[in-house]
Amino acid sequence: MSTTTGTLTSPRGGRRAVDLVVRVLVYVSALIAIAPLVWILVSIVAEGLPAILSASWWTQDLAGTTDRRAGGGALHAIIGTLEIGLVTAVVAVPVAVMGAIFLIEYARGTRWARLVSFTVDILSGIPSIVAALFVYTLLITLLGLGRSAVAASLALVLLMLPTVLRSTEEMLKLVPDSLREAAYALGLPKWKTVVQVVIPTAFSGIATGVILGLARVMGETAPLLILVAYARNLYLSPTTSNMGTLPTMINSGRNVAETLPGYSRVWGAALTLILLVMGLNLLARGVARAGRLKDR
Amino acid sequence: MSTSNLHFATIKHGGDRSFRAGAIAAAVVVVLLVLFVGVFLAVLAIPSLRRDTVSFLTSTQWNVGTGTLQFGIAGLLWTTAITSVVAMILAVPVAVGTALLVTQYVPPRVGSTIGFLIDLLAAVPSIIFGLWGLKLLGPFLGPFYDWLQRVLGWIPLFGKGVESTGNVLTASIVLAIMVLPIVSAMSRNVFAHTPRDHIEAALALGATRWEMIRTAVIPYGRSGVIAASMLGLGRALGETIAVMIILSQTTTEGINVSLFAGGETFASKIANNAQEFDSPAKTGAYIAAGLVLFVVTFAVNAVARVVAERRVS
Repeated sequence: MSTTTGTLTSPRGGRRAVDLVVRVLVYVSALIAIAPLVWILVSIVAEGLPAILSASWWTQDLAGTTDRRAGGGALHAIIGTLEIGLVTAVVAVPVAVMGAIFLIEYARGTRWARLVSFTVDILSGIPSIVAALFVYTLLITLLGLGRSAVAASLALVLLMLPTVLRSTEEMLKLVPDSLREAAYALGLPKWKTVVQVVIPTAFSGIATGVILGLARVMGETAPLLILVAYARNLYLSPTTSNMGTLPTMINSGRNVAETLPGYSRVWGAALTLILLVMGLNLLARGVARAGRLKDR
Repeated sequence: MSTSNLHFATIKHGGDRSFRAGAIAAAVVVVLLVLFVGVFLAVLAIPSLRRDTVSFLTSTQWNVGTGTLQFGIAGLLWTTAITSVVAMILAVPVAVGTALLVTQYVPPRVGSTIGFLIDLLAAVPSIIFGLWGLKLLGPFLGPFYDWLQRVLGWIPLFGKGVESTGNVLTASIVLAIMVLPIVSAMSRNVFAHTPRDHIEAALALGATRWEMIRTAVIPYGRSGVIAASMLGLGRALGETIAVMIILSQTTTEGINVSLFAGGETFASKIANNAQEFDSPAKTGAYIAAGLVLFVVTFAVNAVARVVAERRVS
């Protein structure tokens, strides 16, 4: 574009040099931003691939194995991560979707909407460790319950809630009012309009938000450290006080010496977690794209 | 006519009322949750704060195992602040640079690909960042740290710290990479909405691309970038597991201002001692630290929101 201005108005040396320097800096900054991603992904695939390629990785837990012995797998941690994520979603998604419906369908533009919207912002800024401490004070100190996988899920609900609520809110906003008016004109009551017209229209967007929220929650570690003890065995009950998860599996093995078999399992767990989280992210992208195509 | 209307009205009433109640209940739950977080932490922290025999705000001691409670947050506050601030100093220029590249320099197709890659960085779990920082980045930067300390060691900021590479600087760099996608995505968003006529006016007056950015894009996006940076700061202040894994704990009391020092942040202190929450008094000390972290992140996020809202109006 600048070349078309020709020689008449082309900038003099100093200005052109500054422009060039900035151009270089801007490209370099993008390289700096992308380099860690490549480094992290490449090193985790390289270190973790041998561990996850064995069949036992997906079918066995670490019961009876030590860091000094090879074998065993991450089944306990994979199941734990999925289970805790699922329980979290079951609690968080209905509240988040109904909260978004409140903001858009019932309280749009009112003072109440502003208040709720503000608290959602605050909720989304709460560090995971603070959410975990809160659940600890509530369930363990005040109610006298023990640590459990459910307690960890409840802390994760606090983190998933704002993500899903915000994305649902954005999607409901995009549903044109003409659709709602058409439904009213056909005699549909408001709640049926929301359930049968608004939500289905926004469904792919809401699903995208849920999947992204799930991906975020499954990668969280801090609440798991405080609210549930790591176990090397497979436990299925959500009320159990010990449950393995991929993040805590990495954490518990982080100081294993490099020469021991346990070390490669740490990287295997890291690779499994990355595959899970990235897979969910790509799935969310796919769902969003499919939704857009349908609208057209 | 009138009977059918009545019929219609009753159907509408029953379903509508309970659905509306559900929506309101969900909103109330959200508001109460935030309220409860603050209240519960405060209620459980106060008894321990009363029994604290040293100044909570200015002491760097942390002895909660024995009968008398001695705990202060000065050391935690310092480490939390220095890691986050250094992280922001490193992250914001890079984030703004990438946002400018994506929105002002390359075609939209290329831009969205670069944007996608940076967004992927946000999807990486923090434990992975921690593992990477501990095992790969720290050791890789070791020689550079040694050199920096030899050349600039006379400045307290680069003075003697811990032997390992698990120091404040490594933690800051990792935090910077973690907040980068947040700041970058929001900056990209505001830069992309720079009014087209401002850009074209600047270019028509013969501005170079940089001069156009300086006079049109940056003034328009400044407050958005500030809001984004505050949100990133809030995230960095509260980041737990990556910092906990990377940062070496030190036993010396007092504050070492060096970037090569170890230490603990609010979040890493709590997470490190999660298995020791046995007596209410002891737990209360950690809850007090968590309460301070909550208040600080609350303030930072509130400021971010105010800045962002002012921009809109």
